[in-house]
Amino acid sequence: MKYVDEFRDGALAKQVVAALHAEARADREYHFMEFCGGHTHSLCRYGLLELLPPTVHMVHGPGCPVCVLPIGRLDQAIQLSRQPGVILCTFGDMMRVPGKDRVTLMRARALGANVKMVFGSGDALKVARENPDKQVVFFAIGFETTTPTTAVAVQQAVKEGLRNFSVFVNHVLTPSAIDAILGSKDAVEGRIRVDGFVGPGHVSTIIGTRPYERFAQEHEKPIVVSGFEPIDLLQSILMLVRQRNQGRHEVENQFDRAVPREGNVKAQRLIEQTFELRPSFEWRGLGTLPSSALKLRASLAQWDAEVKFPIEYVPVADHKACSCGEILRGLKKPTDCAIFGTACTPDSPMGSCMVSPEGSCAAYWLYGRHRGTPEQRRTA
Amino acid sequence: MCLALPARVTQVHDDGSAVVELGGVKQRISVALIDDVKEGDYLIIHVGYAISRLDPEAARQTLADLAQLKEGVTP
Repeated sequence: MKYVDEFRDGALAKQVVAALHAEARADREYHFMEFCGGHTHSLCRYGLLELLPPTVHMVHGPGCPVCVLPIGRLDQAIQLSRQPGVILCTFGDMMRVPGKDRVTLMRARALGANVKMVFGSGDALKVARENPDKQVVFFAIGFETTTPTTAVAVQQAVKEGLRNFSVFVNHVLTPSAIDAILGSKDAVEGRIRVDGFVGPGHVSTIIGTRPYERFAQEHEKPIVVSGFEPIDLLQSILMLVRQRNQGRHEVENQFDRAVPREGNVKAQRLIEQTFELRPSFEWRGLGTLPSSALKLRASLAQWDAEVKFPIEYVPVADHKACSCGEILRGLKKPTDCAIFGTACTPDSPMGSCMVSPEGSCAAYWLYGRHRGTPEQRRTA
Repeated sequence: MCLALPARVTQVHDDGSAVVELGGVKQRISVALIDDVKEGDYLIIHVGYAISRLDPEAARQTLADLAQLKEGVTP
């Protein structure tokens, strides 16, 4: 696979690791947050955490849309699926996330709700065309990577006059989450240390690298936008180490083969035409953040499931034993959670971080759960 | 959710869709977010949509920088 295999080359990876070991100083600590859950999975899947020098630490970030969606919003989707005549179309990831009283969309379906797994918004449109006598609702979640794909579907529905299609919009904004992490009490009081960010690659194909320049300047944190293959990540971490060593805090783009500085302007325009900012939105783990999520523009209310159906948002606290919130804030590692791998596994998840293929808990469970944490292994 | 992969365009249709191929798997995707898609282009595909076009020159440069690292030169 071109543009994939080259970035998984073992010999080349060894060279980058050697450079990392040569350049990361032994007398200082480096704490970098990889924002994106896809990066967390690559780090775990390819065993990269074990290859890093002992002074380089990765803090796993909140960039997993399934994980950050609070229970209250999932409950609304479950409510929607139970409306008479409704087909709820959802990404497969959402099916097994436990809502209130541990009810999932999967369970709702078993009890008679019409829930369909789709690959994307395009498939949901197809379901709407094929079922003119049903109301088809697309459960739209995701960061900026996915937002324009929902916008395309909504604009298509408008064009076709497809009145039985609507979207339940839960699109969230990356810069708001970075703001929340850097401005959090935990960061200010020093419980979380982040010296730099591995910036999200696919989000940046849409928004470009410019939105990060503010963080680099205001917070004096280097940010390197990175690809998802193992060599991409190793190179990005090396670039961060170099910036720290040289006292720089700039936005650099390791993934420039896919990310232009200005992003995807066509997609940005479509997002602008389709969505407007919500005044505030609740995130799992990060709390209620101002201007951090999108909803459909008022002029598109006919396609907005929140307008069309009587669903109410009721905030629900996470399960007491679940540490998803702290894990999403970078305060804990999955292995610090009391129920990780015991009461909470991918087969019987207590929290969203164990369900999503981008969740940190799922990554730690899938790859190397028998080996302990990198720190434990180093001292063993 | 933000999972995406680069795939090569094998056919462009005039309804705003294209067929892409990755490791022998072919799929029809939407190119509504990318202008002027041509056969042979590499696109980054996410949930059935192309979200970005891959720049072969930038990819070559990244690999060239890394190859230099191999020889112990700081790029």
